[in-house]
Amino acid sequence: MPRRISEFIVESLIKLSGLLVIILVFLLFLFLLKDSLSLFGIYPLGKFLFGRNWLPISEPPRFGVVPLFLGSLYVTVGAIIICVPVGIASAMFIAEVAPKSLKHVLKSLVEILASIPSVVLGFIGIRWLGPALRDVLGLTTGMCGLTGSLLLAFMALPTIISISEDAIVGVPRTYKEAAFGLGATRWQTLWRVILPSASSGIIAGVMLGIGRVIGETMVAMMVTGNSPVVPKSILAPLRTLTATIAGEMGEAVSGSEHYFALFAVGLVLFVIAFIINLIADAFLRRARK
Amino acid sequence: MSTAKLRQQIAFIVLGAATLFVIVPILLTIFYVIKNGIGAISWEFITQPPRNGMRQGGIFPAIVGTILLVVGTMLFSLPLGVLAAIYLVEYARDNFFTRLVKLSVVNLSGIPSIVYGLFGFTLFVLFLRLGTSILAGSLTLAIMSLPVVVTATKEALESVPVSFREISLSLGATKWQTVRHCVLPYAVPGILTGTVLSLGRAAGETAPILFTVAAFYLPRLPRSVFDQVMALPYHLYVISTQVPNMPTEISFATGFVLIALVFLMNLASIILRAHYRKKRLW
Repeated sequence: MPRRISEFIVESLIKLSGLLVIILVFLLFLFLLKDSLSLFGIYPLGKFLFGRNWLPISEPPRFGVVPLFLGSLYVTVGAIIICVPVGIASAMFIAEVAPKSLKHVLKSLVEILASIPSVVLGFIGIRWLGPALRDVLGLTTGMCGLTGSLLLAFMALPTIISISEDAIVGVPRTYKEAAFGLGATRWQTLWRVILPSASSGIIAGVMLGIGRVIGETMVAMMVTGNSPVVPKSILAPLRTLTATIAGEMGEAVSGSEHYFALFAVGLVLFVIAFIINLIADAFLRRARK
Repeated sequence: MSTAKLRQQIAFIVLGAATLFVIVPILLTIFYVIKNGIGAISWEFITQPPRNGMRQGGIFPAIVGTILLVVGTMLFSLPLGVLAAIYLVEYARDNFFTRLVKLSVVNLSGIPSIVYGLFGFTLFVLFLRLGTSILAGSLTLAIMSLPVVVTATKEALESVPVSFREISLSLGATKWQTVRHCVLPYAVPGILTGTVLSLGRAAGETAPILFTVAAFYLPRLPRSVFDQVMALPYHLYVISTQVPNMPTEISFATGFVLIALVFLMNLASIILRAHYRKKRLW
């Protein structure tokens, strides 16, 4: 029975690809872990996690992840402060205030923003935003945390806006009708009824947006100043976890301490991203219910 | 005007201002890149290799490299992603294995692109000895694109009415015959839209190809899948940060071509979606 056989093959392939997806994630984690653990054989874990100096080519080298972690933290917090209120407000405007024709235009523009490659935004940061901030704020260099925060905020906005907008649109009509029936204005309904009901979806969107900011590499590498020291403020040059891997991997000799240290940084990123994703996924599930 | 009405007026103005704060920079960015780059765009720029330390000539090898990477990415991510989604929607029972597959897809979607770069480097370049090559780069980008393809396919399959399956099964068709003839054809538009979108993102990504395929300067075309290639996003990174005295026109023009390429792919995806939506039968 050839039909049976071909069917068996196809169905096995289908099941196999499900398995392959799991294997890929497992492999990803395993390879990161393997090379990271090689570091901790020769360099103490405590000094990696709590060391305040990242000096990979000094003698002896030091691989303290704190300055890089703080670099990522500063840039991310800066970006969150900008993109969360702006993103949610835009989502509210697009979902509930804008007339239908404008709505489509706005949504396509947000999609366009999502599709601009990060390296182009990094380039804009070098050519225009960095120098502009330097002149306006009187800094010694425009290549600093704030420039990164602003650009990364823009990279996170499409995620936050589109998921929040879906959440707001997904609130049952009856909620709105009930509020109107009680004499509430459109704004009161939006602020007091729709927004709280959509909060799970909005939080999920915000979490995914934050994940994008932490994981973004090229913008961070191009505009934040490439300075792996504990940053004094968000206006100082700094360096993120992602930019460190991207910037130093090319020079690190395969199998060296430095090479393993970069994988350990990768593992830190992987764990952070994993946690953020789990939280986002939990909120998304709650929103669907 | 009552206070409530006044408040509403103010609130809506604030929301509108926030939206402008998002929209205006997008338009400015695109305008800025086009204005500064259009002057350097010429037939020569698109069809010639770079010369004189990349300060003159064109970006032809980078365009070809990016197109090859996109095709390679599709060859790997499309079959694997579609099959995995078919498994999840049509075959999976609610058990531990299924939950693990779903969790894996969610997890993959959030991993930073540079971590994919690291992974691709150890697994494909070193462990499987593919070297820094088109093959290694495409595989890395494919894994990165996988969650988008799976999610888009899943949604497309789920949107096909259950009755289609029930009728087919009731007529004596097997499970696979049902999926193949009564579900998959109707899910094709959704699958294509999602795939093209993910490929557009792959075309613009730099971090995953840094150590897996991208060449700093390689003015000839690749001979096999084991060769390195230049790629547009990496080329823009190189000429805007690593090459001193770079004519800014060329950087802007490179950015312009990259944006145009990604936009074209997005546009294709939007047109596909609109075209099939009209033909939808239910």
